[in-house]
Amino acid sequence: MKKREHITRQRRLEALTGYAFVTPQLIGFILLVLIPLINVFIYSFHNKNMLYGTNLYVGLSNYEKLFTGDKLFWKTLGNTFRFSILLVPLNLVLSFLLALYLGERLFGSRYIRTVIFLPVVTSGVAWAIVWKYLLQSGTAGPINYFLSKVGITGPNWLTDKNWAMISVVINRVLKNLGTNVLIFLGAVMNMPQDVIEAARLDGANEWAVIRRIKLPLLMPTVLMVTIVTMIGSMRVFDTIRLMTDGGPEGSTMVLVYYIYHQAFKMFNTGYASAIAVILFIIVLLLTILQWTLRKKVSHYEDA
Amino acid sequence: MKMRKVGQFVLRTFLIAAVTIFFVYPFWWMVVNSLNTSAQVFGKPTLLPVSWRWENYKEIFQIQPFGRHLFNSILVALIGTAGNVLISAFSGYAFARIRFPGREVLFILLLTALMMPIEVIIIPLFFQMRDWGFNDSLKPLMLIPIFGAQGAFSAFMFRQFFITIPKELEEAARLDGLGTFGIFRRIMLPIAGPVISATAILAFLAAWNTYLEPLVFTSSIGNFTLPLSLNNFNDVYGQPQWNLQMAATTISILPIMLVYLFFQEKVTDAMVNSGLKG
Repeated sequence: MKKREHITRQRRLEALTGYAFVTPQLIGFILLVLIPLINVFIYSFHNKNMLYGTNLYVGLSNYEKLFTGDKLFWKTLGNTFRFSILLVPLNLVLSFLLALYLGERLFGSRYIRTVIFLPVVTSGVAWAIVWKYLLQSGTAGPINYFLSKVGITGPNWLTDKNWAMISVVINRVLKNLGTNVLIFLGAVMNMPQDVIEAARLDGANEWAVIRRIKLPLLMPTVLMVTIVTMIGSMRVFDTIRLMTDGGPEGSTMVLVYYIYHQAFKMFNTGYASAIAVILFIIVLLLTILQWTLRKKVSHYEDA
Repeated sequence: MKMRKVGQFVLRTFLIAAVTIFFVYPFWWMVVNSLNTSAQVFGKPTLLPVSWRWENYKEIFQIQPFGRHLFNSILVALIGTAGNVLISAFSGYAFARIRFPGREVLFILLLTALMMPIEVIIIPLFFQMRDWGFNDSLKPLMLIPIFGAQGAFSAFMFRQFFITIPKELEEAARLDGLGTFGIFRRIMLPIAGPVISATAILAFLAAWNTYLEPLVFTSSIGNFTLPLSLNNFNDVYGQPQWNLQMAATTISILPIMLVYLFFQEKVTDAMVNSGLKG
């Protein structure tokens, strides 16, 4: 009886210690993540304006306006997906090929590994500022200057509405390529080498080895990286703000930038919250997809 | 066979050249123009600075409170990192090893922060910080790296690590008379070195490089951090001072670059892990 009491007391003490250990983090989480998340939904049903201090319940009218009356929102949504659809394949193909090359441990591999990671640790702001100048139009920027030396008239990268998005995509691909290369490289190093050797002995050429053996082996990683890169691409902000400011003619206005624009430039905080909710739903869906895939993948790896 | 060798050589040279142009040249261009006059920045690029104007590095501190911005960035990143690692080490250990009712539910709840883009909650956060009187101060910039997505990620990393430690270690320590806190402090923290450094690297980078938060939460120039400061180099006529901007950008990148080049493996491992799990 006494011993039992002792054990329950110890259990209770342990539980209390556990709560004490997690409380600081949980309080911070509740105040800085959970409550704001609930609030963004609440705000989205209000006509909330930061400048006038109005805060009127208006039901779904923000969403109604968003989907039926706001051409810029649809453009923004389209731009966001266009950005993603340009960036993700480019990033994946380049990082995949680079990882395969680095996996061979040829001369220069160490150098390539080191330098492709430089932009990853650099702030997006610094990387965007420098590229903004590299891409200056005419022959003012070095890129167009070099192009002119080989007889190409470079476009107005940032001020032509057909090129601005491409410039931003290039900037972001280069910025984050290093992470994906190293993730792929890790997977490449873990490939069963005997299978690849066997295929080579059977006379398969390098392309066939990549397509028939390496790519299928790396498929789980490719899927994961695709989704993670896609989620990341939904959040491009600093690059847009510093390189194009959403322009020209709204051609690089993306969701996160539109949230910022509506909330902190136009002060329509209620309306901006509705856009934030849309962003939340998109990211949530992608995250659920990622988690289901991860379960499948780890299951596959265990088997 | 010879053709193949030549082909490989060409491919290799091409790759190294391309990588140098896209990943090294931008930084080189930045440093070169940080030592030019404003008029020399555009037009024909040179491999070395034209005028070696070292005064640029003095002027950036005079044209705006750049020293203050540097200090703010260091302060925010250090406090954010320390708080992040400390608080998530405690919670990560508890979620891995201490038994208490509701543990799993609370952990899953915390994980929702992992996927939460700051852009989704930035508007309510703005009003909340205003109500607390924290707007236009460095406090939001310190609190968010500690408790936001980055904090949840660190807790996740610590939990994953502590779960792998054999239980016998704790049982032995308990027999020696150590309590839960003693075990955590004397046994668990010392062996968690690799996780501490990984979470610290990630938290520091996140806090150092963050842009949206200072943009939204600070307004007076004395509270700017480096990312805001970099885009604020204009002369009295509002013309951007490109050369000074490049000098300031160089200074803002330098500490990160040095850490990266010295601890390359540690930094890349941490980033790759976060890329896989985040």
